[in-house]
Amino acid sequence: MLFPGVIFMSASWNPTASIENLRARADCYRTIREFFHQRQVLEVETPVLSVAAVVDPNIEPMQTTEQRYLHTSPEYAMKRLLCAGSGDIYQICKVFRAGEAGSRHNPEFTMLEWYRLGWDHFRLINEVAELVRLLLDQPQAAMEIHRYRDAVSRFAGLDPFTATDDEIAALGIQLAGQDLQLGRDGWLDVIVSHQVEPALPANTLVFIHDFPASQAALAKTRVTAEGIAVAERFELFWNGSEMANGYHELTDVVEQRHRFEQQADGRPLDEQLLAALRHGLPACAGVAMGLDRILMHRLQTPKIRDVLAFDWFRA
Amino acid sequence: MANYSTNEFKSGLKVMMDGEPCSIMDNEYVKPGKGQAFNRVKLRNLRTGRVVEKTFKSGDSLEGADVVEVDMEYLYTDGEFWHFMATDGSFEQHGASADALGDTIKWLKEQDVYVVTLFNGAVLTVTPPNFVELEVAETDPGVKGDTAQGGSKPATLSTGAVVKVPLFINIGEKLRIDTRSGEYVSRA
Repeated sequence: MLFPGVIFMSASWNPTASIENLRARADCYRTIREFFHQRQVLEVETPVLSVAAVVDPNIEPMQTTEQRYLHTSPEYAMKRLLCAGSGDIYQICKVFRAGEAGSRHNPEFTMLEWYRLGWDHFRLINEVAELVRLLLDQPQAAMEIHRYRDAVSRFAGLDPFTATDDEIAALGIQLAGQDLQLGRDGWLDVIVSHQVEPALPANTLVFIHDFPASQAALAKTRVTAEGIAVAERFELFWNGSEMANGYHELTDVVEQRHRFEQQADGRPLDEQLLAALRHGLPACAGVAMGLDRILMHRLQTPKIRDVLAFDWFRA
Repeated sequence: MANYSTNEFKSGLKVMMDGEPCSIMDNEYVKPGKGQAFNRVKLRNLRTGRVVEKTFKSGDSLEGADVVEVDMEYLYTDGEFWHFMATDGSFEQHGASADALGDTIKWLKEQDVYVVTLFNGAVLTVTPPNFVELEVAETDPGVKGDTAQGGSKPATLSTGAVVKVPLFINIGEKLRIDTRSGEYVSRA
């Protein structure tokens, strides 16, 4: 039923979003700008095209004929601004990720990213909650903060830090319906996306933090009192979908270069970012939020095309 | 057959999964913010009709299944196979085993047209039309005057199928039957 409709509509010149939904997007941007204006966070704009891409092996950048990459997030350039003394900054921008097309994903999508100097991720979690309540028009929405370890133990019945690789793979295979030949972190992603996310309480801002150190990306890591290595990173979930991803930012340039080199897989390292970090990144926390997702929840639609003027298939 | 990658999995695509021909029903892309991307896929096994959910790594692929659906007229049975002929003028014929026919055997009437699903050129399943018209071969005598409501009684149709019919139905009458529920609809 759905599929022929999609083909029919992809041939059309019409927007995929209603004009009413376009207004909701404009309202959302105005709310964000007012929110940060009041808090004296500076709006910035950084290049969409740059010479180095992210090194995250799970994100595939797009490349132009001039050998530039379309950014997959404004993170590297914004950190260079922080190193240069910008103070607190935010940005609303389009980002691009190859192959990420689905009913809830568009390869070109809108991200809000911001950084707070001198804050840790817990202080940032509170600000994220405040903004998301405004954007979702859910001023009374409850909020819960869980450690990754507790959330996975409670909703999937195994301890993600002490369970053996075989135990984690066995649950992953059961949930996936087949053996996908994944590593420990890959199977944990299956467990979280298939079992934990759907079990989280509804209409509640659920923040998960202290991820395994192996999933740190650009977050600081530490060893907890229980002796487990965690990343000072959080994710926000709302009604089963991931809305934001925040870090207590790694400022150690030696550690940063080491992580880049481990993950690069042939992609060029962002030497300009590394040079900036050598100069000095102030202690800070930062977060990226998918605004299309926010709008989908605000407008209660499961389809990303309903909030995009023209989705990937009509762009 | 060609291979299809997860981003080509569209509803209706026929693929091989664990050695069985399947039809894709639904494909949802799942991407954690930092982590492996997956596709959660619902597939219907075309042989058993059973629906399974499987997760794939994005970019993984499955072999296409050589499955075609053909409108065919039922001709006759030789006791081992039930023979059908394409209605597209090609006169192509195929024999279906009792296994492939399954429940459809109850609704087979010569010259009626069925959807025959072929897998690698052999009959996989036979789907009857939603409604068939069949004659009553055996039932208790009709009760006169009872045309409005009241009880029902079993009737054996010309194909051997047994359906519940109203009390006023007599042997030799033609009935319209819904093959999806196996229920009497009306006199034909």
